Amino acid sequence: MPDRVEVRKTYKLYLGGEFVRSESGRSYQPAADVNIPRGSRKDLRDAVRVARGAFAGWAGKTAMNRGQVLYRAAEMLDGRRQQFIAELGGGRRAGREVDAAVEAFIWYAGWTDKLAQVAGTVNPVAGPYFNFTIPEPTGVVGVVAPDEPALAGLVLRIAPALAGGNTVVALASEKSPLPALTLGEVLATSDFPPGVVNVLTGFRKELLPWLASHMDVNAIDASGCSREELTAVEEAAAANVKRVVKPNGRRARLTPQAVTDLMEMKTVWHPIGV
Amino acid sequence: MALTKRRDTALAKQSFDYAPAPEAVDHVKIADRYGLFIGGKFVEPKSGKHFPTINPATEAVLSHVAEALAADVDRAVEAASRAQQSWGRLSPSRRARYILRISRILQERARELAVVETMDGGKPIKESRDVDIPLAAAHFFYYGGWADKLEWAFPNRSPRPIGVCGQVIPWNFPLLMLAWKIAPALAAGNTVVLKPAETTPLTALLFAEICQQAELPPGVVNIITGAGKTGSLLVQHPDVRKVAFTGSTEVGKLIQRSTAGSGKRLTLELGGKAANVVFDDAPLDQAVEGIVNGIYFNQGHVCCAGSRLLVQESVAGALLEKLRRRVDTLRLGDPLDKNTDIGAINSKAQLEKIEGLVESGREEGAEIYQPPCELPAKGFWFPPTIFTGVSQSHRIAREEIFGPVLSVLTFRTPAEAVEKANNTPYGLSAGVWTEKGSRILWMTQQLRAGVVWANTYNRFDPTSPFGGYKESGFGREGGLHGLIPYLELN
Amino acid sequence: MAISSLVHLGSIMGGVRTVDQVGVEERAASLGKRSIKKASKVWALELAIRMMDLTTLEGADTPGKVAALCSKGIRPDPADPSVPSVAAICVYPAMIRPAVEHLRGTDVLVASVATAFPSGQTFLDVKLAETKEAVAAGADEIDMVIDRGAFLSGDYQKVYDEIVAIKEAAGAAHLKVILETGELGTYDNVRRASVLAMTAGADFIKTSTGKINPAATPPVTLVMMEAIRDFHRETGRAVGLKPAGGIRTAKQAVQYLVLLYETLGPEWMTPERFRIGASSLLNDCLMQLAKERTGAYQSGDYFTLD
Repeated sequence: MPDRVEVRKTYKLYLGGEFVRSESGRSYQPAADVNIPRGSRKDLRDAVRVARGAFAGWAGKTAMNRGQVLYRAAEMLDGRRQQFIAELGGGRRAGREVDAAVEAFIWYAGWTDKLAQVAGTVNPVAGPYFNFTIPEPTGVVGVVAPDEPALAGLVLRIAPALAGGNTVVALASEKSPLPALTLGEVLATSDFPPGVVNVLTGFRKELLPWLASHMDVNAIDASGCSREELTAVEEAAAANVKRVVKPNGRRARLTPQAVTDLMEMKTVWHPIGV
Repeated sequence: MALTKRRDTALAKQSFDYAPAPEAVDHVKIADRYGLFIGGKFVEPKSGKHFPTINPATEAVLSHVAEALAADVDRAVEAASRAQQSWGRLSPSRRARYILRISRILQERARELAVVETMDGGKPIKESRDVDIPLAAAHFFYYGGWADKLEWAFPNRSPRPIGVCGQVIPWNFPLLMLAWKIAPALAAGNTVVLKPAETTPLTALLFAEICQQAELPPGVVNIITGAGKTGSLLVQHPDVRKVAFTGSTEVGKLIQRSTAGSGKRLTLELGGKAANVVFDDAPLDQAVEGIVNGIYFNQGHVCCAGSRLLVQESVAGALLEKLRRRVDTLRLGDPLDKNTDIGAINSKAQLEKIEGLVESGREEGAEIYQPPCELPAKGFWFPPTIFTGVSQSHRIAREEIFGPVLSVLTFRTPAEAVEKANNTPYGLSAGVWTEKGSRILWMTQQLRAGVVWANTYNRFDPTSPFGGYKESGFGREGGLHGLIPYLELN
Repeated sequence: MAISSLVHLGSIMGGVRTVDQVGVEERAASLGKRSIKKASKVWALELAIRMMDLTTLEGADTPGKVAALCSKGIRPDPADPSVPSVAAICVYPAMIRPAVEHLRGTDVLVASVATAFPSGQTFLDVKLAETKEAVAAGADEIDMVIDRGAFLSGDYQKVYDEIVAIKEAAGAAHLKVILETGELGTYDNVRRASVLAMTAGADFIKTSTGKINPAATPPVTLVMMEAIRDFHRETGRAVGLKPAGGIRTAKQAVQYLVLLYETLGPEWMTPERFRIGASSLLNDCLMQLAKERTGAYQSGDYFTLD
């Protein structure tokens, strides 16, 4: 008999700023000793609803403020470094992955108040008008996380989406959901307003079609999709002309295009006169 | 009283009827038949089929153009693929010179192109002359200048061409949309196969002649004519690496679905139902001009048309009176007359669509206003129309009419204006009219649309990115941003 | 002035709408592209002559010069009696009597500038006296200038009161109020001054003295037309308009008539409601008319310089 009985954690979905069980009441076991909530299409629907509700507030925050919140996520993540290394199976590789995730939060935190200066333009139109183009968030973004790397893969996709001012509904890796659910705890303590970022676990085939066809989702980062899944996502996305970011090796790197891929460019004209 | 000295003024009060002022057409040559422009030459279609293109103002047949089917599309894409090898590797400054040469020829042949555009599409000559053609030339000039500066535009990102671009364009601004598509594609080092709309193919075919005149290497630009089937074959062709489409949201969705899983790059510029929001402090007379320009420009065949007028209730009466009065002065008729403001509807099919939606507006109880104006007996025509008493739930407030039909709604507060303006699946453009600077900025922030015109409307420029939010599509055309869809970037 | 009147004027001036410069200039430019040909061009040119205030406002004006101008105004083209007379001859007060003399028995009116034209920078009593004398000398129309100094310093009441006083002094003579738009700086001010002058009783509002550049321009004229249109809608009173200065070619004159037709409509297409203040314009109109009649482009040698 062990001298200490470990208090185990109940893993829950991170939805609307709260930790909840799946409304389905079901769970699945990617490993023998853990029960992961098997999120349902209704959980997905709820997540999109809270993400939509949170959008105006998050998009309306100052870029500086969003940067502070993302940086706070890096602090929280770094503070739990050992826990994540353990969840990722330990070793130096796991350590490097956690560091990469921390770095992604920091790097994209810094972009929030610089992106408009790099991706925006003032356009010298041939007439008496002031004309400028600025990036704005697309809206509610669905993120399909890759299985590998389970933590950094997810962070590298939600961080740029959030930095741009979008709200996020993320589908965690089905095979390795634990780091994503623990990441929910990091996000919950990082000053993200409720609903800005939501993490669902469950079976990809039960969730992905509903995400791809949801009429209130504006874009999908399909990084974690297989070829077949991608085709299905792109077909369903056409129903409301969703932007689909295709899986691309490039997205494993830090690049401002990861932010602009999930942003709209708005051009404003105004006459110049007295 | 001094004025008793005046003689009879009856003469002076007679109305100022402008005598016909027709644009000369004798300098324009339209062939009876056109082949497909593939590999630098006009070739007969393998399909063996031709179809007529008519003048919508007279219903007279102007020419017959080829219908490209599978074998022809293959041939065009193959020519473009072959040309891609050398064009993509050509030194950027040489690429620039070809594009700039095209821009100059467009300027040199501007009036001829304007006349053909008006004859084939029905738009007033003053618009094709002053807007379409000059802007098309300006687009080539602007992007020609980018061709050898891509490394500066995208530092550290190794810009490279994508390959063959399949481009499908609409009938509302035929040559201008061609310019929006071809200029950035060529500047980025791609080659193109472009399909103009079946009702307005002629300026694209003249453009093919211009490519010959510019001695553009064969296959860099290929023009294939046909209808929806041709377009569908083009965008689905496996060797097309990049698809660009401007047209209806309905067709855009079909293209997005049909290219799913293909790995093709895609940009869509689709429909709209823009709100033009007028506050009670607006410069009303200029707002009226903006409203008129917003919805009656090009017979309302404009994806970014300001088709929903949202006017603050406190000023609605005064504004609408001015607007009706102004609409009464619009001159509808022969598109080739230099004084025509409203030309012909582009096609019978489009006219029927407009008529159907206007009928639904009447049935749903909106109040209709049309100025007294006589419609020509031949051709396709629709008078400028204003619907008042429209609510958000009416079809005429939700569906894109793509005709000279304005739906007027009212609001009470800025928040209500924003809520109504954004309450649509579209998000291409919006207008806002107010004298208050902070309100302009707040409104432009709140409006979910890719282009916001504040105290102006329907302005376009090659340097200014254009494109939509939501179901109005994705990707931008124009400006630095307009290069991104045509480049591979690290 | 009573307090109620002050409050009244304040609310009128506060309610004047702003004008967007770029928008109004684009609208004027687009109307300038109207193509007026053949019969409609002839009709417009004849109307432009009938609306013309043929003007000489020089320190060197003499009775002889004015007499010549009057002859020209009565019968602009000796070779073509079908060409109508101009609306009025516009002169300095000292030249009213010779003008009246020469125009007796014709339809051509005598207009005189007054109120310390062109600057207006003198005492109100002097302006009133000048106006009364001008009318007494036989002027049918008085072209006064507003006090731009007062206007630009925000003293609208002073400008208003002065117009009211001059209007009274002018009696039965027709009062044209010159805003001198080239000194007002913005279209907003042009519109505001238009409303002020109309409210104070102007029969006509007029763009310019002709002594300041810019004088009349199509957008300035358009702004004044829009003000007249709104004033008419709100009060029922139809005020006339006179662009003056800088209108030298027949083509320009026709463009102004297009602007008038499409903004104020056919009701304003009469010399009772629209005048063009000009001098060299007349011969260009005559040459264009002759071109329409003969089909050949004309030479200045065949048209009198008076």
